[in-house]
Amino acid sequence: MSTYAKKQGFGATLWDFMTTVDHKKIAILYLISGGLFFILGGLEAMFIRIQLAVPDNNFMSAGTFNEMITMHGTTMIFLAAMPILLGIMNAVMPLQIGARDVAFPFLNSLGFWLFFFGGVVLNLSWFMGGAPDAGWTSYASLSIHSQGHGVDFYVLGLQISGFGTLIAGINFLVTIINMRTPGMTYMRMPMFTWTTFVVSALILFAFPPLTVGLTLMLFDRMFGANFFDAAAGGNTIIWEHLFWIFGHPEVYILILPAFGIFSEILATFSRKRLFGYSSMVFATVLIGFLGFMVWAHHMFTVGLGPIANAIFAVATMAIAVPTGIKIFNWIFTMWGGSVRFTVPMLYAVSFIPSFTMGGVTGIMLAAAPADYQYHDSYFVVAHFHYVIVGGVVLGILAGITYYWPKIFGTMLNETLGKFTFWFFLIGFHLTFFIQHFLGLWGMPRRVFTYLPGQGWETSNLVSTAGAIFMAVGVIILLINIIITSVKNVRVGNDPWEDGRTLEWSIPSPPPFYNFKQLPLARGLDAYWIEKMEGKKEMTPAEPLGDIHMPNGSIIPICITIGLFVASFGALYNMDADKTWTVPVIIIGLLITFGSMLIRSIKDDHGFHIHKEDLMDDKDKEVKA
Amino acid sequence: MKTRLRKWRLISLFAIMTLILAGCGEAKLSALKPAGEVAQKQFDLMVLSTLIMVVVIIVVVILFVIAIVRFRRKDGDDSIPKQVEGSHKLEVIWTTIPILLLIIMAIPVVTYTFELADTSAMEVKDKDGKTKDAVVINVRANLYWWEFEYPDYGIFTSQDLVVPTDEKVYFNLKASDVKHSFWVPAAGGKMDTNVDGVNQMYLVFDSKKSNEAQNLFYGKCAELCGPSHALMDFKVVTKSKDDFNSWVTSMQTVAKEPKVAEGELAKQGQEIFNKSCIGCHAVSTSGNGAGMGPNLSNFGERERIAGFLDHTEENLKKWIKNPDDYKPGNTMAGKYGKLTDEQIDALAEYLLNLKVEGSKHID
Repeated sequence: MSTYAKKQGFGATLWDFMTTVDHKKIAILYLISGGLFFILGGLEAMFIRIQLAVPDNNFMSAGTFNEMITMHGTTMIFLAAMPILLGIMNAVMPLQIGARDVAFPFLNSLGFWLFFFGGVVLNLSWFMGGAPDAGWTSYASLSIHSQGHGVDFYVLGLQISGFGTLIAGINFLVTIINMRTPGMTYMRMPMFTWTTFVVSALILFAFPPLTVGLTLMLFDRMFGANFFDAAAGGNTIIWEHLFWIFGHPEVYILILPAFGIFSEILATFSRKRLFGYSSMVFATVLIGFLGFMVWAHHMFTVGLGPIANAIFAVATMAIAVPTGIKIFNWIFTMWGGSVRFTVPMLYAVSFIPSFTMGGVTGIMLAAAPADYQYHDSYFVVAHFHYVIVGGVVLGILAGITYYWPKIFGTMLNETLGKFTFWFFLIGFHLTFFIQHFLGLWGMPRRVFTYLPGQGWETSNLVSTAGAIFMAVGVIILLINIIITSVKNVRVGNDPWEDGRTLEWSIPSPPPFYNFKQLPLARGLDAYWIEKMEGKKEMTPAEPLGDIHMPNGSIIPICITIGLFVASFGALYNMDADKTWTVPVIIIGLLITFGSMLIRSIKDDHGFHIHKEDLMDDKDKEVKA
Repeated sequence: MKTRLRKWRLISLFAIMTLILAGCGEAKLSALKPAGEVAQKQFDLMVLSTLIMVVVIIVVVILFVIAIVRFRRKDGDDSIPKQVEGSHKLEVIWTTIPILLLIIMAIPVVTYTFELADTSAMEVKDKDGKTKDAVVINVRANLYWWEFEYPDYGIFTSQDLVVPTDEKVYFNLKASDVKHSFWVPAAGGKMDTNVDGVNQMYLVFDSKKSNEAQNLFYGKCAELCGPSHALMDFKVVTKSKDDFNSWVTSMQTVAKEPKVAEGELAKQGQEIFNKSCIGCHAVSTSGNGAGMGPNLSNFGERERIAGFLDHTEENLKKWIKNPDDYKPGNTMAGKYGKLTDEQIDALAEYLLNLKVEGSKHID
């Protein structure tokens, strides 16, 4: 539906967001729900650090601690980092390629709601008999052994939200392949669009193994199949392989969009085009490709034998080469530029050394015999937090601050932003640097407590102190968001003044049809080229004409709610005393397939914005 | 400006070096204080890779600092910098040098991977089917406790792993319930104990390094295995070859003539034990009974109660009274009914007197 109305009641706004198929609004939904899950995961992290602050602590029980670490990992990866990145992709990528929306707006909405309800299923476990407690990796022998329904919540929640992610990935692939504006060749696409493209391909190939693994586990737990029951001829190592064939590309699914965001920011605030653009594209594709060849480095201690270990060790080291290329290209983007330190730029700049730290420990971990020492110790915890916080989370914070004006039409406060930045950065290094040493001093990961007298007390306390700094940083960010939203000072097309790509050539926030006329991209950094020639706007690639737009729809939510309902039936199905489960599964699936049927038989051709309307409202600003 | 930066860098470098030198951890459980060949090789690899990586970091940081200091935008500067596309020469340099560095690293990595996986000595058997020249220990990991079997000597023990120094000690690793991981940080990297099959590895304990650690190393379970994963510790007691042999002999002697309790209280304890505990716990070194619980034949000489509590009578009584208070999720709680305090006293007396080496126990 169109969003012409200027002022809407709360109910109308809610309905609008529930039915929207507009990529910009779906982006906001992703950001809000991803943000909420990020806060949840952050609280879990704080509880973990409080428990570990002193030896022999009894802040929480061993069982609760295992639920905490499982939910912290699962939430942060699947429900916070990935959705927030998908949100930024949704908000920015179609604008960057000069498209009016993604290829399948309806699927876009479906993808979001699947992710969201999957996350809700997972988190409801806290209130319905206990959260999953087998770690975010949910290794089969332990997860099959795990009592209660925690692991069932994990399996079903991730299955549902995984479908959502897969749909989003396919959608972005089709969008980038088909909907680039005239002149926007592949090698003129902004770096962030390139990383979105590669990440979508990774999602397409990485999520099916997870789906398979989860299905096998679902069958084991629901129907007593024995895929992972060694005593009955099953094999638990298969789960590890399936999980990591998904899990390793997953870390690239997280980090590549962050690379894209940093590439945009570094170029913008250095007033200089990205150094070595084509080698950056090549490196991105290569990282994506190699990302599938190295999963067994998570399994060096499983006993795969020296041949497998040696091959995967060398393959893993190879990834360092394209990543190194990127690091140097970023530095040389700033080199000779005119560098302005805005908040997004501060994140981007601090990311370079922070991520390099995480990268080099990655190479150290790739050395298989040394990894026998690092594996499953706090060294690994330090390593992947350096990569994920020092890379992905800094990327998210940078991306949010950078694109905030484009998404919401108002600028976050720079001073408060700098406070957030410093608290978060210092806290991050304080929390995780020392953990490298804890691991080398013999502290295994995922321990709910430790005994005094092993030399770990001070370091753990330091780590907890760092976590408090990070929390303060996030709280300041929330205050900043509230203040900014209340003040709501509107900004123009190009609030950072040095925008280079198409999204900065249109109003902030853009009208719901994005581009009145599709722009003509005359090279890399299309908007910059026009600006350098003294023009204020893009050269149009088409005459003004009617614009075809899709209608909103409530059906995506209905499809998802069906699965949501059915998953509770499936969850409790194994309990002999619960007879209501089969009807619930059937009702749920009826809702889902019924909604799909309605979608299939009901023609919905969308609507047209007429040429005349576009001309009448030349400076119309549409409220997002 | 520049000198200040350089000084600052020097200071931080020193700070890091002190941190590294001062903080090698405890000799009994730090991977940075290698106690034998395996840990030493792994430590060498760590040092090599760290050095290479420090070089990389220094290069990156220097370029980085120059870039952000030299090219800051001055106030009111509206000039447009030259739009550089890239540089083939630079790109070739920063592609080739990392490749060379990685090759330097890859060679020892691959070599050591094969060396450390070489357990062929385990397969060399004499005519009785015993391993010819190597000490082989079968490790079985269970929910929160460890069993150690010496198949060539026909003896079992648990929680305290006894090994000879200055030779390769070979391990067969497996788990009986869920996956665990066998790790003695000071002696070498870990290997998983799978439920699906047996893994093999070896470790070496240097006698000099063992002395520095008071002949006692800490072992850990390194794979999340349930609530009490953090408490699934074991200890490694190192002995010279002669002491080890005499320990084996005394263990074998007990196996032939299981000990009868001495003293009134201990006898009572033995009766209770035979009624309530023997279903899971063996007290003869020659077998592991049903394999449900740790073998207790030399319990009086163990380093810890339940693998992690101080070895005192008081702790033992508390443990028997309610194991769930100490190791949540253990498989012992609730298996033996409710015991009175008197019964527990008797049991404790009996258990603490289960010794194979007389008075050699070290506290």
